[in-house]
Order: sequence, then C-alpha cells, then structure tokens
Amino acid sequence: MIRTLLAVARRDLLLAVRQRGDVANVLLFFVIVVTMVPLGVGPDKETLRAIAPGVVWVAALLSAILSLGRMFALDYADGTLEQILLSSQPLSLAVLGKIAAHWLVTGAPITALSFLLAAMFDMAAAPSATLAASLLLGTPSLSLIGAIGAALTLGLRGAGVLVTLLVLPLYVPVLVFGAGAVDASAGGLSPASHLMLLGGLSLAAAALAPWAIAAALRISVE
Amino acid sequence: MQIEAVRPSKFGFHRFAAPPEFYRLAGRLIPWFASAAAALAAFGLYLGFFVAPTDFQQGEVYRIIFIHVPASWMAMFIYAVMAFWAGFGIAFNTRMSSMWACAMAPTGALMAFLALWTGALWGRPTWGAYWVWDARMTSTLILLFLYIGFIALHGAIEDPRRADRAAGVLAVVGVVNLPIIYFSVQWWNTLHQGASISPMRAPTMAATMLETMFVMLFAFWSYAIAASLARVRAILLEREKRSTWVQAVTT
Repeated sequence: MIRTLLAVARRDLLLAVRQRGDVANVLLFFVIVVTMVPLGVGPDKETLRAIAPGVVWVAALLSAILSLGRMFALDYADGTLEQILLSSQPLSLAVLGKIAAHWLVTGAPITALSFLLAAMFDMAAAPSATLAASLLLGTPSLSLIGAIGAALTLGLRGAGVLVTLLVLPLYVPVLVFGAGAVDASAGGLSPASHLMLLGGLSLAAAALAPWAIAAALRISVE
Repeated sequence: MQIEAVRPSKFGFHRFAAPPEFYRLAGRLIPWFASAAAALAAFGLYLGFFVAPTDFQQGEVYRIIFIHVPASWMAMFIYAVMAFWAGFGIAFNTRMSSMWACAMAPTGALMAFLALWTGALWGRPTWGAYWVWDARMTSTLILLFLYIGFIALHGAIEDPRRADRAAGVLAVVGVVNLPIIYFSVQWWNTLHQGASISPMRAPTMAATMLETMFVMLFAFWSYAIAASLARVRAILLEREKRSTWVQAVTT
C-alpha cells in the first residue's frame, strides 16, 4: 500500500523535474505577488513589517491555488488518471501520493523562499523563523484542501477561476492561524498554540481530504 | 443474501422520492407555507414596529434585528440542511434529495446576503461604520462565499447528475469546515482587535422582542420552505422534461 503512494509520488516528482518551468513559474508568481505589495503600500518599514505575515501567507494561498491545475489535469488529459482509478489499489492512497508530490514542489520551496521575503520585509529573526515554521506546517493543508477543489473542477471550462472561488473560503483557518502565528511571535508571544493548530489542521486534512478527493475524482472521471 | 422488495406504503415518506409525487406534494404545500410566511411576517413586523419597546441604549435602530437575526439564523441552518440532503443524495443516490439541496442554495445565499446587508445598515448608526471585521460578520461573509461556490460549481457542470454529486461533495466538505472557519475567525478577531464590540447581544432582552424575533424566524422559515419548494418544482420540470408525467402536467 505504501508502495502505491511512493510510486505515484515518485512519478509526479519525476514529471515535475522534467517540466521545471511549471514549478518555477509558481514560485516566481509567489515572489512577484509579494514584491508588488510594497510598491502599492509604500516603503515604510513599520507598515511593511506589520503586514508581512499576511502578505506572504496570502501569496502562498494564491500560489497553491495556481498550481492546483497541474495536479490532476495532465493525468486526466492523457488517460493516466483513469488507469489509477481502475487499479486495484485504494484511490485515496494514490491521491495522497500526488498531494505529497505537489507539496514537495510548491509548499516546500515556498517555505524555503519565505526567509528571503522575510528579510525583504525587514522581519526580525524570531518572526521569520515562525513564518517558515507556519508555512511548513500549514502548506500541506493547502495542497490537501486544494486538491478537493481541483478534483471537483476537473475538465470543466473556466476551472481555474472556479477552483479559486471554491477553495479560498476553505483556506480561511489556515490563513488565520498561519499569519496569526507570525503576528504572535512578532508581538513577543509564543506562537506555539497557532502552530499546533496549523499542524492539527494539516493532520485532519490528511486524514479526511483523500476520501473527499477520491469521491470527487470518481464523479469527475466516470 | 435475499433482498426484500420495497413495498410501496401509503404512509411511507419515501414515496415522495419519486419526482411526480414530490411535484404534486410540493404544489399542494407551497400555498400553505407561502401564506404562513406572509401572515407571520405581517404579524411579526407589526409587533416589531409598533409593539416592541424602544431599546434604551440603541433607540429605534435596533428594530432591524427582527429581520437581521432570523436571516442569519436561516443562513446557517439552511447550509446545514442543504449539506445534509446533498450528502444523502450522494450516499443513497437519490435524485430528489440532490435536487432539493440544489433548490435550497439560492435561498440560503439570499439569507446570508440579507443578514450582511441589514447588519451593515444597523452598524452604520450604531458602530459608526457599515462594515467592521467582526467575527460573526466575517464568517457570514465566508458562508455567503460557500453558497456562491456551491451554486457556481453546480452551474459549471453540464450533466445534472454529475453536478449534483460534485456540488454535494463540496457542500459536505463545507459543512465540515464551517465550524473550523467560525472558530478561527473568532480567534483571529480577538487577537487583532482586543476588546471587540459585541454585536447586539444586549444582556437582557425584553420578552416581546424575543417573541417578535421568533415570529419573524418562523416567517423566514416558511418563506424558505415555500421558495425552495417552488424552485424544486422548476428544477423537476426542467430535468424531467422528456418524461410522460411532465408532458401530462404541462399540457
């Protein structure tokens, strides 16, 4: 069973490595969105430091959504998804493998990039570390919850906009606790409770989302 | 394993799972619920405007709660009912329950919108702003987005059965998330605003005010049922337009 998960994850990672451009574009999008904000708000350091957690987190949500299209659409187009559905292995495990691969090429690099952005927003060491920790714990939920939306909108016209509409409201808790952790840390409080809740959300999503995704895929593909 | 044939029972509710039966039942029920809604609303508004005492803190402005509070209750309640029937439709593959869920969504969205709009109108004179990022208002706004997402997803899929089931999965995911969203928004609010203004929760409420609120709640309830029944009848006619019973009904 674990082999299924690993095989699917390995295949998706291999595909991502072979099509580096797609992955790089998402990360570039993340950096550019964050860069636009100071240009709109003004270069005042105090303001930027105050809004940095929210800005980075919102950019992370948008990048996650932007990259959702890749998750199932290519496999759907070339028939791989049907093969996965027909296989005797549990679909939820294969789905989990795809999500793990998705996280490794979006959530993980976004977490790594956050240090750079935190420096650009003049954040202190502790809040930047918290920002990275919150992204590390929170971005798995983004991939997991987002995959539900991606599976539901598979093959639809205007799926890109629709998936944003469906998924962003569901991201609210992740955004609140993610940005909240950094705010708490910047304010000299312990971010532990926020981070624990983020981790809890990711675990709950990992337990429940694959079922919903599997159901959604069966509906979309049949 | 032997499967017993389901015997059609005269009193069993499941016979209303058949579209023609439900169509007829809905047609019979709509006038009752519609007139109940009108009568209760008229009575409730009379109580609200003329009988209920003026609030000693807020003056006359508070009277909007007789619309605002029932609307926000209904917005939440309808989402739960909608998700229940949508999930029921997926689990038991009953067409009627999915259609019923689908018929409820616009009414629920309307209720959420009404709650937000009346809240804004109340907030301007009371808080001095049409919109504050209060936990309840924010989570009601997100609820409205969830309704719109449900309607949009259903509308984007052409095959009605696929649309029913996809939107059903979304509704169930939404209903699991809703408490988490509500909780997180409340958490967020207390962190960001410190002492926030508690919305309209006067320590004690006059008995007449409470009664009026309940009369209005039942008016909204009846309206929601009547509107959803009317909508489900339209959906039924559209989906089953090739069947003989629709031809018989419409000609």
